[in-house]
Amino acid sequence: MTLKKTLLASIIGATVAGGAMLPLTASAETLRIGYSADPETLDIHEQLSGGMLRFSHLAFDPLVRWTKDFDFEPRLATEWEQQDDTHMRMTLREGVTFHSGNEFTAKDVVWTIERLKESPDYKAIFEPIESAEAIDDYTVEITTTEPYPLMLNLATYIFPMDSQFYTGEAEGGGDKAEIVKAGNSFASRNVSGTGPFVLTDRRQGVRVDFERFEDYWDTESEGNVSSIVLTPIAENASRVAALLSGGVDFIDAVPPNDLERVREASGVDLFEVPGTRIIGFQLNEEQVEAFQDVRVRQAVDLAINQEGIADRLMRGFATPAGQFSPEGYSGHNPDLVPRYDLERAQELMAEAGYEDGFSVDMIAPNNRYVNDAQIAQAVANMLSRINIQVNLRTMPLAQYWPEYDTRQSDIAMLGWHSDTEDTANFFQYLSFCIDDETGAGQYNYGNYCNEEIDALVTEADSITDLEQRNEMLREAEAMLYEDAGFIMLHWQNLAYAAAEGVDIEPVVNAIDFPYLGDLVINR
Amino acid sequence: MIAFLIKRLMHAVLVMFVISVLAFAIQDNLGDPIQQMVGQSVPESEREALRERLGLNDSFMVQYVRFAKNAVQGDFGYSYFYREPALSVIARHLPATLELVFAATLIIVIFSVPIGVYSAIKPRSIISRFFMGVSIIGISIPVFLTAIVLIQIFAIGITVSIFPESTGWGAWLNGLFSTQGNMPSFGRGYDLVHVVGHWDTNLASWNGLKHLVLPAISLASIMLPLFIRLIRAEMMEVLQTEYVKYARAKGISMRRVYFVHALKNTMLPVITVGGVQIGTMVAYTILTETVFQWPGMGLMFLDAINRADIPLIVSYLMIVGVIFVVTNTIVDLIYGYVNPTVKLTGKPA
Repeated sequence: MTLKKTLLASIIGATVAGGAMLPLTASAETLRIGYSADPETLDIHEQLSGGMLRFSHLAFDPLVRWTKDFDFEPRLATEWEQQDDTHMRMTLREGVTFHSGNEFTAKDVVWTIERLKESPDYKAIFEPIESAEAIDDYTVEITTTEPYPLMLNLATYIFPMDSQFYTGEAEGGGDKAEIVKAGNSFASRNVSGTGPFVLTDRRQGVRVDFERFEDYWDTESEGNVSSIVLTPIAENASRVAALLSGGVDFIDAVPPNDLERVREASGVDLFEVPGTRIIGFQLNEEQVEAFQDVRVRQAVDLAINQEGIADRLMRGFATPAGQFSPEGYSGHNPDLVPRYDLERAQELMAEAGYEDGFSVDMIAPNNRYVNDAQIAQAVANMLSRINIQVNLRTMPLAQYWPEYDTRQSDIAMLGWHSDTEDTANFFQYLSFCIDDETGAGQYNYGNYCNEEIDALVTEADSITDLEQRNEMLREAEAMLYEDAGFIMLHWQNLAYAAAEGVDIEPVVNAIDFPYLGDLVINR
Repeated sequence: MIAFLIKRLMHAVLVMFVISVLAFAIQDNLGDPIQQMVGQSVPESEREALRERLGLNDSFMVQYVRFAKNAVQGDFGYSYFYREPALSVIARHLPATLELVFAATLIIVIFSVPIGVYSAIKPRSIISRFFMGVSIIGISIPVFLTAIVLIQIFAIGITVSIFPESTGWGAWLNGLFSTQGNMPSFGRGYDLVHVVGHWDTNLASWNGLKHLVLPAISLASIMLPLFIRLIRAEMMEVLQTEYVKYARAKGISMRRVYFVHALKNTMLPVITVGGVQIGTMVAYTILTETVFQWPGMGLMFLDAINRADIPLIVSYLMIVGVIFVVTNTIVDLIYGYVNPTVKLTGKPA
């Protein structure tokens, strides 16, 4: 009897264990992706773009990565410790191999950081890092020029590259490590990372193929995708159709007009995630004297119905904003909400002596942000109610940026995503007083300038006590709100859709980089 | 004949020259390629350096002369996005477009000739009227819409439930108008058969053909009605001519009169128009390929415009110019063959 029981128990135990093992080993699932764009190149340091970072998360692993709630999750770095104000030590994961078979060690991290500092796109972001040094095979010490609170934010951008693989002379001359923009470098055609997927074939603009990396270090991951076929489908309607017809399993950027259709379609699920890209308008104080008056700027802000735009024009596909920082960001200040009040706006215009209004030019792109041209049109109409007559011009992206750079128009539309996923970045690029020397205020279209805010943010950026720093950034947000230095509209949401059984909910995030290595498919 | 071909060759060179000048002249209005090649936080000095390296700061003349010098040696520059020579990018995308145009042409020929001839012979029959009505609708619907509707019906599938499901006939009608979908809605499929060089074909596998059907139909939908009407009109005219009446009077079988005597003369203008239209169809592929994500030249060109990928845009326009010259030349050759009274010479007639 006892023997029987034991036997039975062990059989049951074995079955259960076997069952639990199943998702890890047994099923081989192919994930067919329809993204709006494919990676521009294979060199992850050649261009800083959403497409490239998504690719980085497939073929590489970062030192740490963001969780859904904007915390840090260890990846190739397992522990980190701030030694003093300017030194941080990171302990690296052992037993990790690159796709080429080379072993991952601290020297790869040092090599990668040095390369990042050479990259035109990453140079500015990695400016605070002075040097990196391998203490031993699995310890790296990073030195910053000044106390820098965002070291971990930067670490999400450090995807260690296979230094041995990328060292030497390339066929046909040139260094293998060379970063060449829009050129034919070794790194733009060859790749070796530590990531969950190995690139097997790539036809640019047509498809990219990946296979799961057999020696992937993260055996804890429940992800069971064994191969990926990524097809870029830029046309919104076609991308949605490809999902609905079963041609692909997973798409990004579901357009607002199709949200309802996808939500109600059988066999597919829609996943909406609040995004972090702020959409807003900049008032050009150089061109229009009235915009130098804080009352006029406030009037413009008060005349715009952010809730209405998010509700009706965006069909709920946006979160109305009263500040740069979305929820979850360090400087997010919950008190700052949109303050639509048409009457008060009219009063302010009268107080400032512009009761009769004036007329201005406005420029906006028509293929960059979700519903950008329609939003600009709506805002133009709203401004006419405080007697500001808007002459709107919309244009495709390729023409918009050169036009934007001339700073000749009176109002310009801009969307901005903080590269560091941190509040200070918004200020530094969008509202800092323009300084060509330091590059501050590079996208400060209207030449808005408030030195008090600048000083506060700059000070915050050298404080490693995060609590105190966040408090200062919240204060900066409040000051900008009061000063109406940037006309906020909303944070654009993100929408993904996937076939039933493709459980993308746990792997998508506000940063727009799905962690497909951890994706589980249960068909 | 030789003189004629040489003259056409000169035409092609002239066309390419004019197009290249025009394309270069408008490049400033196409936008700034740099903006899309760098991240948002890249400082102006870096951008300027890149602009300098790509030679975008030089004057129009300097840029054009540099381009022309390389172009006569067969080097049309590097695509910014694909990071390889523009010509090889085009060569890679060309087969997909040619296959699509070929399939659409086949559909047009197969349907337009019988329908056109029939509705010329029996202009008052119900079937003719039906085809004429449909062709009017066909001409007026933009190819974009046709493509989306085709995708909805044949790729996604539709469920019709307007008829009462409880009655037998209702259920039958509902079933009749509902579709399963499951035709592929994008791309060329994954089992293409490799032929030679850059050429992987859709025409040699069942799956490949399935991918070709919807794009080919929507591309054909623009031209098909036009050809039906053209053939009908020409045929009706020919049927009024003396020699047809004479052949009929001689007692030759009607089938022979229609399909040998009349049709041959009907086809002369059709070939002329057809040649030009096939060239035009290459342009229409831009829309069709965009909707179906067909990885051909049209899609490539649209992407290139969005990215302000100037070398690729210029090369594409020149290649399309050449395609027009070539199709026109072939049309003229066929014309001479079908109608021996036409002489091909190097001199204007």
